[in-house]
Amino acid sequence: MTTLSRPTRLPARRGPRRGDRAFAAGTRWAGIAIVSLLVGIAIVLAVESWPAWRAFGTGLLTGTTWDPTRDIYGAVPFIVGTLATAFIAVVIAAPVGLLTAIYLAEFADRRLATPLTFTIELLAAIPSVVLGLWGIFVLAPLLRDTLDAFVIAALGWIPLFAGPSYGFGVSTAGVILAIMILPTIVSIGREVLRSVPAAQREAMYGLGATRWEVATRAVLPYARSGVVGAVILGLGRALGETLAVTMVIGNTDAIPTSVFSQGQSIASKIAVTFNESTGLQSESLVGLGLILLAMTLLLNAAARLLVARTARGPRR
Amino acid sequence: MREDPVEMSVAAPVAAPPEPQREALPTAPSTVPGGAPLSLAPPAAGIPGAAPATVPAAKIEIRDLNLYYGPFRAVRDVSMGIAANQITAIIGPSGCGKSTFLRSINRMHELTRHASMDGQVLLDGVDVYSPEVDAVDLRRFVGMVFQRPNPFPTMSIYDNVVAGLRLGGGARKADLDEVVERCLRAAGLWDEVKDKLRAGGTSLSGGQQQRLCIARALAVDPEVILMDEPASALDPVATLRIEELMLELRGRFTIVIVTHNMQQASRVSDFTAFFSMGEDRAGYLVEMDRTARIFTNPREKLTEDYVSGRFG
Ligand SMILES: Nc1ncnc2c1ncn2[C@@H]1O[C@H](COP(=O)(O)OP(=O)(O)OP(=O)(O)O)[C@@H](O)[C@H]1O
Ligand SMILES: [Mg+2]
Repeated sequence: MTTLSRPTRLPARRGPRRGDRAFAAGTRWAGIAIVSLLVGIAIVLAVESWPAWRAFGTGLLTGTTWDPTRDIYGAVPFIVGTLATAFIAVVIAAPVGLLTAIYLAEFADRRLATPLTFTIELLAAIPSVVLGLWGIFVLAPLLRDTLDAFVIAALGWIPLFAGPSYGFGVSTAGVILAIMILPTIVSIGREVLRSVPAAQREAMYGLGATRWEVATRAVLPYARSGVVGAVILGLGRALGETLAVTMVIGNTDAIPTSVFSQGQSIASKIAVTFNESTGLQSESLVGLGLILLAMTLLLNAAARLLVARTARGPRR
Repeated sequence: MREDPVEMSVAAPVAAPPEPQREALPTAPSTVPGGAPLSLAPPAAGIPGAAPATVPAAKIEIRDLNLYYGPFRAVRDVSMGIAANQITAIIGPSGCGKSTFLRSINRMHELTRHASMDGQVLLDGVDVYSPEVDAVDLRRFVGMVFQRPNPFPTMSIYDNVVAGLRLGGGARKADLDEVVERCLRAAGLWDEVKDKLRAGGTSLSGGQQQRLCIARALAVDPEVILMDEPASALDPVATLRIEELMLELRGRFTIVIVTHNMQQASRVSDFTAFFSMGEDRAGYLVEMDRTARIFTNPREKLTEDYVSGRFG
């Protein structure tokens, strides 16, 4: 209809900017690389464990017996052991870690909060074998004689809390894991809470809220998805942690019936057995690895979905 | 626009802050004049727009207030009265401590790190900084609306309005429904949101969000509402709605509004306080008077320059 009379100084469009394109391509390939690494690992695990899946079918996933003498392999004892220890760890570490994070972000004087956070983060630097040794010599006997004894006396009539406790078992492994994931939850939780805009706090203060109300009703809800992320990171570590669990869980290839039962986790089972196993057992152990990977991804996705579902999040 | 140079020469030197005159002030709140700087001489005869300069029935009485951030004094020696159930505007150049001053009235100032103060802020004759007053209780009486709308994003419109009522124990459901409707109506938002009370508070436009924040402040039934540039993030139409709203609330609430918008101050407020900044960057009160007087015939040259756009 009309020809656009171009202002002389505005140059004609020359197609997409080169820098933008390079950046887009770079980020795209980085993303693809990470995803393909994940897929590649899953494929390797699937291929290597293929004979076991052919031999047992879904029985590898649902079988309750792990018996090398009869060459029968089912993952359920270890799945239960893994979930139970990780669950106990999160049940302990999430509230303790979040309360600590709230304290550090909202209540503590900054001169105190920073060294305190640093100290808590140092916990993460303790090698798990050292923590495992501490578990063997200190935590296991301590729990057996105090907390375990108390719980068994009070709630022992419930099968889940039935004794006896040897000190080594699912609950002790859970406590060790809780200690290991605590630094993750605290330090990420603190960062997430600190990043909440001051306007949100002031809005709540302005209505006549106490500091506790500001923390729980303005700050925590706003940071909800980040807080869940912190817990998920902790959960991921609890699911995959190997050595410290091996040292205190009791290493029994049976489904634990009580929190004090001895048991075994997937990661620990693989680490303990893989080197001296051959044939179908070795292939089944790789199958366990695939199951662990799937569990981790599923739990992650489920937790994210939960956050997305529960309520509106802040628009970002 | 002023045409009377004689009046200017009568004005007190601007740089001199008001002297503390605590003893001169009566303590009974209902009879308090507008503070030391307001005990003004009667206006020169024949000056149009001149109005009585004392604040009738001061709701808030500020005496010798100094506000600090660490060693830096942001507000120096402010004494003034804030009239009950009227609108008091605070104007002045950027950085002269208007927000700091406003936030000291409901003790939000002390939430800032390294912040400190001295002086008195009397609400109905009670010093809100005295040990007997809990800042948490105070803020239910002295609510606040901020420059940027800040609804709680994880809460619905409904929950945003009653957020304050749910504090410290909570309230019964039936009561809440009534409060939500009343406050949203008072904030002029009811018709726009009545069908989506369960939608997120941040699903509204900026102007609607600000009215939601006003409704939220009204819900706790405050006596004083502090507004820090409540319309500066809004377009002219939304701004006009907020101004209308303030005029509707006038008479029931004591409103203090900080604004950069001179027209806004002259449109909505009954009294205007002009703040400026000294050499040391400390803000101080230059003068306070009836709004009509400040904008037509101020006592201070500095005020005149500012309101006529020659400075700031
Ligand atoms: N949190 C803080 N820490 C240190 N100094 C501050 C802080 N907040 C404000 N100040 C300083 O106090 C002085 C007054 O700030 P204030 O925000 O009260 O000004 P204002 O009059 O509201 O300005 P504006 O009109 O731009 O909003 C400024 O010099 C500012 O730099
Ligand atoms: Mg300000």
